Amino acid sequence: MELLEIAKTALLYSFFVMIAGSAWRLIGILLHKDKPDHSEPRQPGGLPAALKVIWTRSLGAPDFKKENFHLKTLGYTMHIGLFTAILLFKPHIENWAAFLGIGWPGLPDVVIYVVGIATVGILLIMLYRRLTHPVLKLISNFDDYMSWFVTALPLVTGLCIPLGFGLEEDTLIAIHLFSVALLMLWFPFGKLAHTYMIFLSRGTTGAILERRGART
Amino acid sequence: MSTTEHEFDLESERLSVKKPEVRFDKQGDMSDDERVEQAMTHFSKDFGRTAATYLESCIHCGVCAEVCQYYVQTGDPKYTPIWKLEPFKQAYKRESSPFSWLFKTFNLKKKVTAEQLEEWQHLLYDSCTVCGRCSLICPMGIDIASLVSQARHGMFKAGLIPHELHAVAERAEVDGSPLGVTPQVFEDRLEWMEDEHEVDINIDEDEADVLVVMSSIEIQKYPDAMAATAKILNATGESWTFRTDGFEATNFGLLSGNLDWQRDISMRIIDAAVKVGAKTLVLPECGHAYMALRWMGGNMYGKPLPFKVLHITEYIADALNSGRLKVEKVDKSVTFHDPCQVSRRGGATRAPRDILDHLGVDFREMPKGGDYNWCCGGGGGVVTIHRADELRYKVFELKMEQVEETEAEELLSSCSNCRQNFDDCQRHFEWQYKMGSLLELVADNLVEEARD
Repeated sequence: MELLEIAKTALLYSFFVMIAGSAWRLIGILLHKDKPDHSEPRQPGGLPAALKVIWTRSLGAPDFKKENFHLKTLGYTMHIGLFTAILLFKPHIENWAAFLGIGWPGLPDVVIYVVGIATVGILLIMLYRRLTHPVLKLISNFDDYMSWFVTALPLVTGLCIPLGFGLEEDTLIAIHLFSVALLMLWFPFGKLAHTYMIFLSRGTTGAILERRGART
Repeated sequence: MSTTEHEFDLESERLSVKKPEVRFDKQGDMSDDERVEQAMTHFSKDFGRTAATYLESCIHCGVCAEVCQYYVQTGDPKYTPIWKLEPFKQAYKRESSPFSWLFKTFNLKKKVTAEQLEEWQHLLYDSCTVCGRCSLICPMGIDIASLVSQARHGMFKAGLIPHELHAVAERAEVDGSPLGVTPQVFEDRLEWMEDEHEVDINIDEDEADVLVVMSSIEIQKYPDAMAATAKILNATGESWTFRTDGFEATNFGLLSGNLDWQRDISMRIIDAAVKVGAKTLVLPECGHAYMALRWMGGNMYGKPLPFKVLHITEYIADALNSGRLKVEKVDKSVTFHDPCQVSRRGGATRAPRDILDHLGVDFREMPKGGDYNWCCGGGGGVVTIHRADELRYKVFELKMEQVEETEAEELLSSCSNCRQNFDDCQRHFEWQYKMGSLLELVADNLVEEARD
């Protein structure tokens, strides 16, 4: 079998691992039962309160603007870069169209390359902070470095494709696909699951604290 | 029963303990393995979807440190709020998480050790007031403060809490008050205040619409608060009473992490309120009492409480807003320290501001005030822990800066525990500000004939 075909098969299997693992993790959490809260609510909690906090935490509290600066700046820039590359690179859109049945316009390749390089740069800054900031150094574990690695790798392997390095394009694409497969394999086990946990966690706090009328 | 060998000085202004430099304290004579097992069993005893969600969600961004007074003032990364839960996160991943079988089989998460828990005693008790400021910045929305409270359940059962906190909690459970206020002492002090302030105080009425409770910090250290409460209740014209069988609002069961004691202490008040047929329970100027009864009381009772629970500031604000109470204008500038459990965590931030508005003072909000307020550093039982004094004074410097920036003439709060901490720190720093009580300011400026 060609290397590219093997990579495509690996991608498919890792996709199933990501879906099944995430479902296992979510069901494992949701199967826990909370005790009923018998306190008299000050105001409604529930879904509207959950949705409110899911939204407001994306903005951050104005009073904590200074404290949030690094997290919000680096975090948003990295995520925007990542999703621009995933969703607006024309060859990616072709794959999405084949998978979802709908396509959309993309950005010129050169824009994607610039965004990709910038995103790798941001990831390197984030890694440097994690290795040097006393708090981040203390609280980091294998998950943090592994999650960083599997996020950065597809960007790097993707950026290598136009450079060639004397290799066939199919080989470079296969390497890129393997790196994406690795990301999907790791996805349900570590902190990359924040992709969906963010809604559950923020929503839980919103539902509980909003019914008290407490600050969220 | 605490097996402490340390002597307590119960006569000093604050409960003090000899040898405060001891690194960690132990109760009971369990083996290390038993301590770990007890800690983990009782940490997970109340383990529900909420805690599981939070423990699965941390992305290790560390931003919670940036708003924690202990990290901000010391720069020591061990005070990062989420790090204070590390052994419990570790235990959850290994024992209860959806992938625990992977973590355990390949030993990816190590077993928690007794040494770890001993080390974490300082982080869970001495350096966390459960103020919840960290919970407000977490990008994942994790309520870190609630997890600290849950971890304390485990630490208590493992016999790993600070001596002083254990001692006051035990006194509250056995004697009914952390400061030794017996029903007779309470009655005597009420009678003293009745004479001193020439105010009618209702004690042990058989029936009343309003049951009022006090904090033993007020009863012992700020007794004028009892007279002030009586004056205000009398002025509203409601039928009300103090009860000697349910008067103590502080709940050191909650602060120490003993759920059984928390329930016992809450039930004394709930039973008294039910007995007199109260429609409203009015809580005193005490932060954690509000959390214990307003937000946890029903859960201790096992069903919704058959009466409303109000903090005294909520009661006064309601009476002023409805015209049942009237006050004279007060010509001075005032700033207000929000008790974390009443405002940020409890949702009653508006009430004191309504009262200050009625008093017509020149109210000066602190920078980053209200719900984003710096904690005074004495909450969560920290003020009782002697070995934490230096750290407590260090974090209080933040509070002093915050207050001084307002340049207000007077500083007020609505929590006697905060007041006690302010008074202690005021003496330590020889600070120009003296903490006052919002309740007492209202009582001193009542328009007596308001009811007519």
